[in-house]
Amino acid sequence: MLKATDLRLTFNPGTPIETQALRGMSLEIPTGQFVTVIGSNGAGKSTFLNAVSGEQRVDSGTIEIDGIDMTRQPVWGRARHVARVFQDPLAGTCEDLTIEENMALAKMRGQRRGFSFAVKPALREEFRAQLATLGLGLENRLSDRIGLLSGGQRQAVSLLMAALQPSRLLLLDEHTAALDPRTAAFVLELTVRIVAEHKLTTMMVTHSMRQALDVGQRTVMLHQGRVVLDVSGPEREGLDVHHLLDMFEKVRGEEVDDDALLLS
Amino acid sequence: MSLYTLLGALEIGLIFSLVALGVYISFRLLRFPDLTVDGSFPLGGAVAATMIAAGYDPFTSTIVATIAGAVAGLITGWLNVRLKIMDLLASILMMIALYSINLRIMGKPNVPLIMEPTVFNVLQPEALVDYVFRPLLLVFVVLAVKLMLDAYFATQSGLAIRATGSNARMARAQGVNTGLAVLAGMALSNALVGLAGALFAQTQGGADISMGVGTIVIGLAAVIVGESLLPSRKLYLATIAVIVGAIVYRFFIALALNSDFIGLQAQDLNLVTALLVTVALVVPKLRQHWSGKKGS
Repeated sequence: MLKATDLRLTFNPGTPIETQALRGMSLEIPTGQFVTVIGSNGAGKSTFLNAVSGEQRVDSGTIEIDGIDMTRQPVWGRARHVARVFQDPLAGTCEDLTIEENMALAKMRGQRRGFSFAVKPALREEFRAQLATLGLGLENRLSDRIGLLSGGQRQAVSLLMAALQPSRLLLLDEHTAALDPRTAAFVLELTVRIVAEHKLTTMMVTHSMRQALDVGQRTVMLHQGRVVLDVSGPEREGLDVHHLLDMFEKVRGEEVDDDALLLS
Repeated sequence: MSLYTLLGALEIGLIFSLVALGVYISFRLLRFPDLTVDGSFPLGGAVAATMIAAGYDPFTSTIVATIAGAVAGLITGWLNVRLKIMDLLASILMMIALYSINLRIMGKPNVPLIMEPTVFNVLQPEALVDYVFRPLLLVFVVLAVKLMLDAYFATQSGLAIRATGSNARMARAQGVNTGLAVLAGMALSNALVGLAGALFAQTQGGADISMGVGTIVIGLAAVIVGESLLPSRKLYLATIAVIVGAIVYRFFIALALNSDFIGLQAQDLNLVTALLVTVALVVPKLRQHWSGKKGS
């Protein structure tokens, strides 16, 4: 379970370019739930995700995962509990390492790394079996450099890697945004399958309202660094993209009204 | 070129292949431009020569010199990781600090080893002359080091170091303490350079404060020459390439300095090195340029 409470973060405080990225952001994700997060540019989606992964320290507030306080833990310390797939397909894998070396690295996520060989025959068979489920023929290319694969292939492998080691939370950071539509659909399908298979507690940030409603069990909309919409269950079933857009406009409209009040 | 100069070139080439392996770890695997080697090479020499001259066993002295190199690398890494000093600058700071430290260790600008025991003359069998035995022993040392490095970088912790150099963000997301990985890599890299310095002092009749000048350039030259002779992304081939590069480079130097018609002398060594590195850096680009023109 993820429990983020009253997260606040200001970039460049005290300067003309001061930005309040998170303004009392709170979100609870129960164990096993798949939540999609949407919001316009600058709503704080990525900042929130980075705060949970540890790449971005918050000014105040707490982040707990299964009751363990993570607020001050570095990225590599949180990795034991948190798996992540990046937006940039090149960011989630090491291009200089082979496919099997990348997977071996992920297999040991958050574990003590000792002096035994990273890729052992038994492990290689496990990787081969996992890769075969992708249907991309990668099971025959274990010792190829991962830099030789396409963005979509690398993203698919990244997803497999995220599930090689149990995690308490899976973070997906617009992980299909950089792919062509067909590949994006494939990777999204794979995501749903892997999340269901491992019963992963998942937070997926996305730009696509369609995607946000199609997958997962709950959708959260962020605006100005906090949650403005939180739908799940039957209410969410009945929602369509234009509903979301309407709500989005409404939130934006209120903001305009606020300004109008302020200026009048 | 006589057999004697040939074996001499091989001997120095083998010693510098240890430097080149160290440089390969820092520059290529960790992507940490590390100039510490200009200080850790004479540090290894200074520690080994001073200890041997003080009556210590040459093997112990060589091991202590290797550890001293590791500590130097560790400090450079620490300056960068903990104090957030830019990598290149951190290594330059360490390099000039080591100049003073080396003088302190030796107590004078040079420590000669003339009659003292060295790892070479202690192990040397009666049947072999010294200039044949030294490169022979070094071949074993370098091969052993190469195999150990290949094995280490295939382990979980070795893989963590390679991942750190290749994609630090991803490594952290996989739970790698990347700061620690940089420290470990830098220690390993400079340990090899310290070992090379210790062996160099023992083959060249002593340590000298200026023996480190240009070490980094020679190490890089070896890496670049090796990579252009045997381009490969596979680690066990890359380590071979680096060793071959160091030896080939040394032969070129010997050839240049021993060919009377060119008129070069020993003091021209650094100039020749700089020219060779420039050529090695420019040729691949020119080749690309030409093949690009052909293609279009």
